[in-house]
Amino acid sequence: MITVDLELATVRELNQRLHDLPPDTNERAWTIVNPGGRHALLAGLTRPVSITVEGHVGYYCAGMNEAAEIVIDGHAGVGVAENIMSGTVRVRGNASQAAGASGHGGLLVIEGDASARCGISMKGVDIVVGGSVGHMSAFMAQAGRLVVCGDAGGDLGDSLYEAVIYVQGRVTSLGADCEEQPMADADRAAVADLLARTGIPGDPARFRRYGSARRLYHFHVDHADAY
Amino acid sequence: MDGHPPLRRSASFPPETIHEIQRAAAEGIYEIRGFGAKRRLPSFDDLVLLGASISRYPLEGYREKCATDVVIGARFAKKPLHLKIPITIAGMSFGALSATAKTALGRAATAMGTTTTTGDGGMTDEEREASSLLVYQVLPSRYGLNPRDLRRADAIEVVVGQGAKPGGGGMLLGQKITERVAGMRVLPAGIDQRSACRHPDWTGPDDLAIKIQELREITDWQKPIYVKVAAARPRYDVQLSVKSGADAIVLDGMQGGTGATQDVFIEHVGIPTLPALREAVEALQELDMHRKVPLIISGGIRSGADVAKALAMGADAVSIGTAALIALDCNRPIHVADYAALGTAPGACHHCQTGRCPVGIATQDPALEARLDVDAAARRVRNYLSTMVLEAQTLARACGKSHLHNLEPEDLAALTMEAAAMAGVPLAGTGWIPGR
Repeated sequence: MITVDLELATVRELNQRLHDLPPDTNERAWTIVNPGGRHALLAGLTRPVSITVEGHVGYYCAGMNEAAEIVIDGHAGVGVAENIMSGTVRVRGNASQAAGASGHGGLLVIEGDASARCGISMKGVDIVVGGSVGHMSAFMAQAGRLVVCGDAGGDLGDSLYEAVIYVQGRVTSLGADCEEQPMADADRAAVADLLARTGIPGDPARFRRYGSARRLYHFHVDHADAY
Repeated sequence: MDGHPPLRRSASFPPETIHEIQRAAAEGIYEIRGFGAKRRLPSFDDLVLLGASISRYPLEGYREKCATDVVIGARFAKKPLHLKIPITIAGMSFGALSATAKTALGRAATAMGTTTTTGDGGMTDEEREASSLLVYQVLPSRYGLNPRDLRRADAIEVVVGQGAKPGGGGMLLGQKITERVAGMRVLPAGIDQRSACRHPDWTGPDDLAIKIQELREITDWQKPIYVKVAAARPRYDVQLSVKSGADAIVLDGMQGGTGATQDVFIEHVGIPTLPALREAVEALQELDMHRKVPLIISGGIRSGADVAKALAMGADAVSIGTAALIALDCNRPIHVADYAALGTAPGACHHCQTGRCPVGIATQDPALEARLDVDAAARRVRNYLSTMVLEAQTLARACGKSHLHNLEPEDLAALTMEAAAMAGVPLAGTGWIPGR
């Protein structure tokens, strides 16, 4: 286990050290202490290392992550795991706005609540939120799955493309072109699988599915009042 | 008097306005088109350069050196770009343009020692291979954005706005969303694609500074990071970009082109390149950052004269989009029947949004794309860039300058009061700058 104290090392030094790891590195287990809400921690990792951050992180922690398995034992600032490509990022606390924004792949787990625009513009990432999500979550989401065990704020899934949203609790309101859709066996199986993989408690039978009505996929004068 | 009285057309309702009203009445939706603003705007044509005579002496053309190089990104990046010419190729997407057109632009830029730029939709391998210096755009849509391409780019451009549509997001209509384009953007094929107008994970200059920090961390502080803004409030936007940590600023005036945008947006939002440039230079000077944070101006640049005048006003480089496409063959009078089928004609075509580009540039149709010979097209753009550089050097030598960057506002005069006020140079024959 390698421990890096961010009261002694800079973010730049830490990130560079992680970027310099060779593909066959033996330095696979890391602990980061005293993160102090610093920004851009663990950004752009590419190696299958396991990292635990003991404390709270600032903006864009684990941005564009590839392959790394990251646990944030605290709260996360704006854009945690933004544009994640692969690997797993787990936030044990709450996450601020735009968690998992434009994520292309991998898995983001937020054990607590996520603020507004969780999963905005997501492009293939799977996001599992143990608590609730704020308004405009999954805005313009293109692909991937957002699982919300609590409630969802207003305008959920506004201008949704092909991403799918599952919510166990209440939904304040749906955004433009987002509709409730039948929950098929495959959907329940998908939710059960994601809950099992992430260890987040939930009952797949209680979830409802939301997806795109695909009415706004083509410009048409009769759709103008949908916006 | 014999015959009928002369036809009397309304200035308020000329034939094109009547047509537009009736088109809107029939279709119930705004017109979407390509190209840039078509209305007459104050421009670099309204300025002249003051050649040397007795009080200043010129340099010999073809004999005395007039350098053209420029360094972009030396503020923070470990690997700034050294361009041989101060003319770059602007961001245009694969999707809006064919892969052949992107390749041709890349080869021409490579031959001239300058950059070309990706666009909404990500980086293609063809473009990377063709371009020795490639700027990778990070746009609000984040289509195709990935860390691998960030690392294999030579510079990164955070796009906040585009001159054709300040405050608007991109559009790509369904006829251009082929399987390949859709795959790169993670969208269903054939849909009318609407890009976001705001970045998904930052708003405002404080956030932007942290976003830039993240991009630097991901790329180990190697790559220059540009911020591209549309010309609307350039004084604020330029200063906030500097504050946010940009290595360079790209400022796109309202003459800047687009692959598809609402006509009302193109013609009525933003300010022309001429006043935008002056405001931007003043903004940098106020911060004592002029010539420290390079300013790249774009939007309606067409000739070496435009280049020389832009640099004289204080730009460090210019960027061309529409003009580069015209050099490729855009609006060339060939395949005239295909222009007619679009309801247009060579010289007036702005139908990029249809995907039916008669000359194979703004299309994803393989048959149309095949009309553009990549080698010949690259050569034409290279020739055009060379001509622009020679023209700018000619003008700079006439002003006694041994480097294009030695041109200065004192070398300029304005032909109209509007241009004098907007460019901040004296009206020709006077020492008068309106408003000062």
